[in-house]
Amino acid sequence: MRIYALAVYVFLYLPIGIIALFSFSAGRSASQMQGFSTGWYAKALSNPFVTDALKTSATVALISAILASIFGTMAALALSGMKGRIRVLFDALIYIAVMIPGIVIGIATLIALVTVFDAVNPSLEAVTGWRLSMGRGSLIAAHVLFTMSLVIIIVRARIEGMDRALIEASNDLGAGPVATFWQVTLPMLAPAILAGFLLSFTFSFDDFIIAFFVAGSETTLPIYIFSSIRRGVTPEINAIGTMVMGVSLALLVIAQLTLRRGKAPGQ
Amino acid sequence: MTKGRARWLLLGPAGLWYAALLVLPLAVVLVYSLGERAPAGGYAPALTLAQYANLGSRWAAFQNTLLLAPAGTLAALLIAYPLAYFLAVRANPRWRTLLLVLVIVPFWTSILIRSYAWIFLLGGRGIPALLSDLGLGDIRLINTPFAVLVGIVYGYLPLMVFPIYVSLEKLDKRLLEASSDLGAAPWRSFLQVTLPLSLPGVATGSMLVFILLMGEYLIPQMLGGGKVFFVGNALVDLFLQSRNWAFGSAMAVTLVAIMLVTVTLYMRFLRRIGAARDDTGLM
Repeated sequence: MRIYALAVYVFLYLPIGIIALFSFSAGRSASQMQGFSTGWYAKALSNPFVTDALKTSATVALISAILASIFGTMAALALSGMKGRIRVLFDALIYIAVMIPGIVIGIATLIALVTVFDAVNPSLEAVTGWRLSMGRGSLIAAHVLFTMSLVIIIVRARIEGMDRALIEASNDLGAGPVATFWQVTLPMLAPAILAGFLLSFTFSFDDFIIAFFVAGSETTLPIYIFSSIRRGVTPEINAIGTMVMGVSLALLVIAQLTLRRGKAPGQ
Repeated sequence: MTKGRARWLLLGPAGLWYAALLVLPLAVVLVYSLGERAPAGGYAPALTLAQYANLGSRWAAFQNTLLLAPAGTLAALLIAYPLAYFLAVRANPRWRTLLLVLVIVPFWTSILIRSYAWIFLLGGRGIPALLSDLGLGDIRLINTPFAVLVGIVYGYLPLMVFPIYVSLEKLDKRLLEASSDLGAAPWRSFLQVTLPLSLPGVATGSMLVFILLMGEYLIPQMLGGGKVFFVGNALVDLFLQSRNWAFGSAMAVTLVAIMLVTVTLYMRFLRRIGAARDDTGLM
């Protein structure tokens, strides 16, 4: 049994381990380890296509994670303890947003936004000289749909596990709803919100399929990696891939630690 | 917690997002699926079921998806169950959390990079080169259904292990003691006590993996090399290359419909055999 478990762990970690290992190869071959160097990292980070894609990905991930955390927390607060039709409606929407395949979300967002943009652009351009097009804005909007739903689920679970007595105590002691929110509710929810923020960032940073449809002419890092792989496997992709995994892993560890720290007192 | 107008203000942004970026787009897909392809690509208004009647021309994509998605789900289940069992029942409690985290971590890193790792391993200079050094001749692995299956299991294994672990972990160990005290052999205890009680986790895991596989694009694209074509690959082709929005929409609607029907039937089946007693949370 133990040997079986070990074999599964090898299966899970060997492939990504090999990518990480080969990214430090000094040779030009992607599939042979020749010496040790960090040269491919230096090469990747001085490639303007890579740095531009990295900047785009980081910006999109940061903005969508911020929006998702704010809107998601607001919705989770409103929905907690709520009953009736609105609650049922939102539960259904959250469920659909999380469960529907990313590819369908990508397609649907693409054709809906292109249709809307085509309809409003002539008059918009006549008045302001600007026109709407697919790009960072549409990508952020599409990512927020999924990540906001993720934040609502995480924060709501935290609200449900929260000690209501503290809020009542705060009210009894004469604090207004605003003071109670800032001094009691928000600090208690902070770990869940932060975890939601980090998971949202990771999702957005790693997403390929939605971006493939709605990013317009923007190139995110996953899109860049995808199109490079089509041209062949190189040590440079190994280095970029290792960096991308490193970012996700670091954020994941921080998310786990904050969630755990938040749970410790009083539970 | 919040009342009246404040509640509406708090729900405002989320409501707007769901209306503009979920309900509206899905409605557009539904409407477009009844339309026609514009001569220059895109959508031309019409009210016809012609696109649906034409779905047969992409039958291979549906066939591959409906064959490999259940096969991948089953393969992931068969590999995940013993591991989940080990983690929940046999593993040293001191290491349990760490071992569980180690299973889930890869799931949160880019599926793109993880599939790429297998191009590397299954490609000409990876495992096949190793096998031919061992004198096993030329075996081609990349761009085969097998490679896609490996990618699927690799990509979605964590999602299968976790719910099964949760349901096994909740299992009351005294039931197993009672079973063995009453003279049941270990395998009989497993078949008659452990397995039935872990079915909710099996159901949740299988459903999550199956749903995600139905919309898969990257794994067949990267490891199947265009030879193992899923519905997702056909959708990318229809929307980004041939720009046939109406037909693509009909295909997307059909995909979601197949998903909904399968999931509903599956849930009903589970309820009949009494497995869906509780739902195991994903997070």
